[in-house]
Amino acid sequence: MRDALRWLRPGHLGTEAEQATFRTLHSASLTAPELREGLTSGSAGRAIRHLRDLLGVPAVALTDTVTTLAWDGRFGHHEPDAAALAGIVLESGGTVVRDRRDFACSDAGCGLRQVVISPLVVEDRVVGTLQAFTSSASAGLVRAVTEVARWVSGNLELAELDASRTRLMEAEVRALRAQISPHFIYNSLGAIASFVRTDPERARELLLEFADFTRYSFSHHGEYTTLAEELRSIERYLVLEKARFGDRLQVTLRVAQEVLPVAVPFLCLQPLVENAVRHGLERKPGTGTVTIIAADQAGECLISVEDDGIGEDPEKVRRALAGDISVDSVGLGNVDARLRTAFGDDYGLVVETAPGAGTKVIVRVPKFAPGVHT
Amino acid sequence: MSAAGYSVVAVTAVVVATLAVGAYGWRFSRTTSDFFVASRTVRPGLNASAIGGEYLSAASFLGVAGLVLAFGTEMLWYPVGWTAGYLVLLVLVAAPLRRSGAYTLPDFAESRLESRAVRRLSALLVVAIGWLYLMPQFQGAGLALAATTGTGPWLGGVLVATVVLVNVLFGGMRSITFVQAFQYWLKLTALLFPLLFMVTIWLGDGGVSPASTGTTPGDSWESPLAGTGDQQLYTTYSIILATFLGTMGLPHVVVRFYTNPDGAAARRTTLFVLALLGLFYLLPPVYGGLGRLYAPDLIASGDTESVVLELPSRMLAGTLGELLSALTTAGAFAAFLSTSSGLTVAVAGVISQDGLGRRLGGVRAFQAGAVVAVLVPLGLALLTEGVGVAQAVGLAFAFAASTFCPLLVLGIWWRRLTDAGAIAGMLVGGGCAGAAVIATLLGMAPTGWPGALLAQPAAWTVPLAFLTMVGVSLATSRRVPRHTARTMVRLHAPEAVQLDRGILPR
Repeated sequence: MRDALRWLRPGHLGTEAEQATFRTLHSASLTAPELREGLTSGSAGRAIRHLRDLLGVPAVALTDTVTTLAWDGRFGHHEPDAAALAGIVLESGGTVVRDRRDFACSDAGCGLRQVVISPLVVEDRVVGTLQAFTSSASAGLVRAVTEVARWVSGNLELAELDASRTRLMEAEVRALRAQISPHFIYNSLGAIASFVRTDPERARELLLEFADFTRYSFSHHGEYTTLAEELRSIERYLVLEKARFGDRLQVTLRVAQEVLPVAVPFLCLQPLVENAVRHGLERKPGTGTVTIIAADQAGECLISVEDDGIGEDPEKVRRALAGDISVDSVGLGNVDARLRTAFGDDYGLVVETAPGAGTKVIVRVPKFAPGVHT
Repeated sequence: MSAAGYSVVAVTAVVVATLAVGAYGWRFSRTTSDFFVASRTVRPGLNASAIGGEYLSAASFLGVAGLVLAFGTEMLWYPVGWTAGYLVLLVLVAAPLRRSGAYTLPDFAESRLESRAVRRLSALLVVAIGWLYLMPQFQGAGLALAATTGTGPWLGGVLVATVVLVNVLFGGMRSITFVQAFQYWLKLTALLFPLLFMVTIWLGDGGVSPASTGTTPGDSWESPLAGTGDQQLYTTYSIILATFLGTMGLPHVVVRFYTNPDGAAARRTTLFVLALLGLFYLLPPVYGGLGRLYAPDLIASGDTESVVLELPSRMLAGTLGELLSALTTAGAFAAFLSTSSGLTVAVAGVISQDGLGRRLGGVRAFQAGAVVAVLVPLGLALLTEGVGVAQAVGLAFAFAASTFCPLLVLGIWWRRLTDAGAIAGMLVGGGCAGAAVIATLLGMAPTGWPGALLAQPAAWTVPLAFLTMVGVSLATSRRVPRHTARTMVRLHAPEAVQLDRGILPR
């Protein structure tokens, strides 16, 4: 087929050498996304065919430190040997060449006489090996295997980086959960205590609200929840704050029913409301109003949390969004980062504020995003 | 005041009410500082009324009665099919579609097949179906206004298009559940109330059967499939297939399912929709039957689709008849406006998200999308004439059944579907059905069998699309999406079941 169509490929596609480079780069680019998932039997199985294309040898194996993850090529009866051969590199730490003395073979027709083994190194630690089986290992092949192993290692390090970024995000969500401020707990319990004698029934209801609120915040929840769940938790929070502030805290809630099933990152609104209550009330005399709006906008849901409090220096907000933790705004940067991770950079927080002008935080959430569901 | 005067007042009232609701629409989203209302999701009953309000279009309101008047009981397959489509939706699609988390059909295609190419093709098809469905709404509006006030045939369409566009551009990017639900009950009232008077008169006249007054002797009004032409059986089956399977591919219907909190609620909603539509579709055929007795001249003049609008004033003398005619006219305009708004929002959403979003962004993209979504079908409506409202909507159903029905049914129930298979199936189904639609709309269709095959393509294009999708999927079995098993679990496991639904990598 390829030969029959050769007349379709004029010379401007490049010289032989250039085309070889293109083919190599193409194989490499096919392998990279697979390896970015880390070194598992699944990713190794999908990547190994392209690795054999790169090396041009009869058989290739990928192992971790103890087991064979994938094998591609002829003479599959040597697949079990790969795990044992991996042990050699763990000791030496560099590329080695071994022959039939290390992988015995009774099959006379077997063409695998030598093997080049190169370690896969992630952060100075050997995590596996790349093994190229051949009839006779040339110096060129040894060099090629070493380079390919180094390239694979680079991709595995990127995978490690992805994984640690995800772990960091998870840790931040855990931190947010634990971040229910001690003040809030102390103040809530104080407010409840004040009702115990005068209005025991109300005190009981508030305690139940408190229990439900903490259960939601500490629950082992997936990464996403529905807007309805998130608003329910905010309701409880505000009931508790109202018990403390009484009529000083005014709340307006305007929610389009259509957007209640939208998936949002867990605890992404709670910190914004907490900020609004604090900024709208705590440092200011008289009443404060918190307005929460969730509106339906075709494919998106538009949520805004607004207070009429003392406002904030825009520069400080910018630093908070950039991740400066010295700024006193609970989790603003965290919420922003998680929204961007979930929905892309178009969906970061928008904060409108100025000293003395109140604060309005706007969150846009798409109704559907690939990979985001409750 | 004359009959035309009442109609003008009624249409103006509907238009003003629609614009006012658009401008102050946010008041209808629950506004309260009493918190516990906030977490209440839309109830299935309300959601079903909203679906009914958006779904019952010009074809249902005017077209069915006209078809029954002209062609007899055989045409009852249209209302039956438009209702039964929800039965298929209920059994095969409703709950898994909701559980997929998809808001639009392209969303479903992308999340199920993990392919941007399938998404883009789906988006194109959604726009095509939306246009095809919007066009007869505008034509119907022109017809209705011409019949009641004697204006030119284009004015009604331009009026509806303008109102919808103004509403979407300045009112915001939403279609409010409460308002659409109200539209259903308005349409039902607008047909039911005059009918009570008219049936009373008919009974007073002795309750003569419509079938007994054939304008031509020996015609086949009451007996299906007795007419001339041997393609009749094929045509009937094709209508059945298109209407049963097309409903699930309508963009404005699918969008409404997102509002349900979970799969079970989606099923309950669909059940309510079946009941509401079943109730509504009892009425138009009665208009058709009575029209045969009291307005037989419409058959001769070819204006059968205006029977709903004219019948009340013909059967009831004086002001009462004129008022009731004005009521049905108002109901018809409510039908045009609600269906057009729902479709425009759905189509504009897809255009802005998959076409213009990157360049314009946000609200601007949506508004540009809305302009495109309305102007193209309006132009088509003004250019093409002579295709009945019900038939044009029928073609939209055939097109939807040939493209999205295979995608949804196989996507939900067959784990070996591949992106290549889906694309091939939708291209073949959409290509064949699309060619048939264009030939019919331009009036190029030949007579006899080829004409029947083109006028009602569903009976051959739907199986063809299914076969292509299955065949190409089997041939490209290496391309089965990586996370198919996980997606399937998520689509089919009830939400109450505790299990790891997994977070798909981006």
